[in-house]
Amino acid sequence: MGYEKQPDFGTPASGATVSVTLTIDGRELSVPEGTSVMRAAATIGGDIPKLCATDMIKSFGSCRLCLVEVDGMRGTPASCTTPVTDGMVVRTQTPRLEKLRRGVMELYISHHPLDCLTCSANNDCELQDAAADVGLRDVRYGYDGAHHLGQKPDLSNPYFAFEPDKCIVCSRCVRACDEVQGTLALTVDGRGFSSKISAGTTADDFLSSECVSCGACVQACPTSALMEKSVKEHGKPERSVVTTCAYCGVGCTFRAEMRGEQLVRMVPWKDGKANRGHSCVKGRFAWGYANHKDRITSPMIRNSIDQPWREVGWAEAIAHAADRLKNIRDQYGSRALGGITSSRCTNEETFLVQKLVRGGFGSNNVDTCARVCHSPTGYGLKTTFGTSAGTQDFDSVEHSDVILVIGANPTDAHPVFASRMKRRLRGQDGRPGAKLIVIDPRRIDLVRSPHIEAAHHLPLQPGTNVAVLTAMAHVIVTEGLTDEAFIHERCEIDAYEDWARFVSDEKHSPEVLEAVTRVPATELRAAARLFATGGNGAIYYGLGVTEHSQGSSTVMAIANLAMATGNIGRPGVGVNPLRGQNNVQGACDMGSFPHEFSGYRHVSDTETRNLFETDWGVTLDAEPGLRINNMLDAAVDGTFRAIYIQGEDILQSDPDTKHVAEGLAAMDCVIVHDLFLNETANYAHVFLPGSTFLEKDGTFTNAERRIQPVRRVMDPANGYEDWEVTQLLANAMGLDWNYGHASEILAEIARLTPTFAGVTWQRLCDAGSLQWPVNDQFPDGAPVMHVDGFVRGKGHFVVTEYVPTDEKTGPRFPLLLTTGRILTHYNVGAQTRRTENSTWHPEDLLEMHPTDAENRGLADGGWAKLSSRKGETTLRVKVTDRVAPGVVYTTFHHPETQANVVTTDYSDWATNCPEYKVTAVQVMPSNGPTDWQEDYADLTERSRRINHEPAE
Amino acid sequence: MSDTHSRLIYMANQIARNFCALDHDAAAAATADHIVQFWDPRMKAAVSGDEAELSPIAAKAFAILRQPGDPAPQTRATVFNDVDEGGGSDAG
Repeated sequence: MGYEKQPDFGTPASGATVSVTLTIDGRELSVPEGTSVMRAAATIGGDIPKLCATDMIKSFGSCRLCLVEVDGMRGTPASCTTPVTDGMVVRTQTPRLEKLRRGVMELYISHHPLDCLTCSANNDCELQDAAADVGLRDVRYGYDGAHHLGQKPDLSNPYFAFEPDKCIVCSRCVRACDEVQGTLALTVDGRGFSSKISAGTTADDFLSSECVSCGACVQACPTSALMEKSVKEHGKPERSVVTTCAYCGVGCTFRAEMRGEQLVRMVPWKDGKANRGHSCVKGRFAWGYANHKDRITSPMIRNSIDQPWREVGWAEAIAHAADRLKNIRDQYGSRALGGITSSRCTNEETFLVQKLVRGGFGSNNVDTCARVCHSPTGYGLKTTFGTSAGTQDFDSVEHSDVILVIGANPTDAHPVFASRMKRRLRGQDGRPGAKLIVIDPRRIDLVRSPHIEAAHHLPLQPGTNVAVLTAMAHVIVTEGLTDEAFIHERCEIDAYEDWARFVSDEKHSPEVLEAVTRVPATELRAAARLFATGGNGAIYYGLGVTEHSQGSSTVMAIANLAMATGNIGRPGVGVNPLRGQNNVQGACDMGSFPHEFSGYRHVSDTETRNLFETDWGVTLDAEPGLRINNMLDAAVDGTFRAIYIQGEDILQSDPDTKHVAEGLAAMDCVIVHDLFLNETANYAHVFLPGSTFLEKDGTFTNAERRIQPVRRVMDPANGYEDWEVTQLLANAMGLDWNYGHASEILAEIARLTPTFAGVTWQRLCDAGSLQWPVNDQFPDGAPVMHVDGFVRGKGHFVVTEYVPTDEKTGPRFPLLLTTGRILTHYNVGAQTRRTENSTWHPEDLLEMHPTDAENRGLADGGWAKLSSRKGETTLRVKVTDRVAPGVVYTTFHHPETQANVVTTDYSDWATNCPEYKVTAVQVMPSNGPTDWQEDYADLTERSRRINHEPAE
Repeated sequence: MSDTHSRLIYMANQIARNFCALDHDAAAAATADHIVQFWDPRMKAAVSGDEAELSPIAAKAFAILRQPGDPAPQTRATVFNDVDEGGGSDAG
């Protein structure tokens, strides 16, 4: 694809199903009722000049450039604000309109700098285009009068500049911030001629304001007033490729706009079904890591981890790795080997890694990062619904009346979806907003933000999710608020009655459980009543649900609540796990768990094993393999000795860092396949350089089960796409793989995986995306699941007894630590820390309530030692009442902090998902780093020595 | 007792405790089923079932595991897709 602007129809599409027929410039057409004249004209290729209109925001009617003539209407109405009517006759080009438009353009241009040739928007400027469209040849007013030239640009945002000189105050940026992003950070300051775009107060610039740098304003700007600095630096793009973001589980579609091999900018793709043309600061701007100086592009090996790395060629590195793996296999058996697939890699790459482990190493010791995030979702939803995938697409939120957010912080972790959710919460076009219930120990931004206020915030004690949900169920059942028709039609009645008896017990009432949950009973009762009676009720949840010792039980309690209230099987309802990583759904689909093949078929099933054995020409183990944490235990015991880790940094991301380090150090061969020498690589013997998502073809599957193409926009800096590296290793292990392109791997996945049966690379390219299952029953995929009944059998209520965590506070560790993410960083920060996103968040901070801080003599910004039974670290304190007394919170993005030094090895009972969200800690003033931090800094420095001498 | 052994005992007890809403025999069967489906062979072999630290339900689960044949699925979490079936998933 060359560089062409994405079509702009001027105003948003109408959702109406009724058509009206009109005539525009002699051409008859039919469009949905509610469509603007401007949009209708654009659908037939008409080009009504416009400046204040763009189809990402509602029409405004201020620029007066899009005037048209309509038979029977007085004057010259603005086409952007005039809806079509049946039989309407419109003229868009007449001498009168030409004269009017030219007059308007004269006024705009009279105080606009005429530096087009040196302007970064030259040939990509709507003002320039409009001037050309109206045939502007002269400006009668001269340039000596009052003007806006010479104003100081705002360069504070690291990614885009604001040049007031170039601004025409069309307010598209303000409206994009309001309507699309929902932050409302921008405003038009002043009146009349002195009107000026402002980010907050006069003392603010873009960086200090509430701007979240989503880029919507830049996208909306018709001139270069708001422009990416990368465009200013590199020039206008000359080609573009549509691909899928590699950050969170929303899976935004972007257009990578290129100039040669240089990525100029990433622009959200309007046709992307997950993001609908919106973006966040990570996907939009934080791609500079791809060319960061820390990136390793040459393979490296070393015999032991106390040696410096030695750069070698690919052949030597692969041969060295394969020899070590084969020797270990010969000496200790297949089950001494394993691997970890990456949710940041494509479906095709994860599929090959698990294929290598099962078919090449000979064990089922393969796991993935879902172990530490949403594995309880798998267990919980499968038990209750029969299948664990999220039940809805993202569009569904537009039909919700009550939104329950539990253990998720969408504005930080899933910001693009959060913007859509916020739009629904604000209400639109006279339709009142949805009601919001937030269950979270912290007062997350959603609880109260511009034009949004949660009806109920239940600030529960960390670790009491099950108790809170059971108490809500108690209210719903005992007050007769259940959806009996749904339950009797869709669910197993015996199980329901058992569950209803269980939750109805007085000991599960909000009043009794308040002592445990610390949630006021009256507030909880009100929230339960609202959810049960408020219309379409949708539940969105994240890792605050799963990363607990009762993560799976909480997921089942959520499913119980949805079934009891009939909130399953239609738009606007459902149970929606907000997945953390871009391809965590896909990694699970591809057979990354140690007990099952792709398509969720257990390794012990003979027929399934035969299918894969026949296709792959190998013999497969019939026993489940080890989970990540069990691999580390087995390594310490000496029965697990080699691991191939693709795109994961378990030393930083997994709990109880010292134990992870102990496990890795005990292994004979650790192969890290990554972009950077990450923390895990401190313990590696072989480093295989990886490729970024910009350098590969393949597919990602987002939280909606949406399979989307990832396209190679530049050559891999390391020479190979990641699947090619895995193939090299597999062939050195004696396998005979001959994939020439990722699409060939996808074809194998489809051949062996029933839910992918109808998926091909070409179909994905044609359709843009497909939501699995894609098979004979659902040839075009399935946006909403369980529509006419649950996919497998009936809904199954499960009694979820509240079992308190064994991680207890006490005199030594009186506070509870919970951890999470922040908007500008992504997980361990390997990518985002190597971008300007660190401007916003250069270090992990410990949030602490003012009372707790004062009791310890800690001030905002002061250093503190955070200690648990497992370890200790230091970081600076942020005093805030966002957290309740007794609770502290931090992020885990920075290896200097190593927040997981303090987290424990307690985990979910069913899946071993770590209990990151509950750690008993103490916090005290500190003067400097802990011994661990100093020792680890030394280790890191030593581990990253690279001998660049050519290998002998 | 090694750290790993202690951890396995803890895991078994934790599984058993979360099935406590079932009656004793059903909870033991569910615990046994869970261990069969999700534990690696060395983990299963590392616990004899005679450890005093095992809860009664967990101990009974290992007694079931010592009997020939695997227990039938006790929950839907341990019912997996057939070879040509595409409905269920336990995506994490």
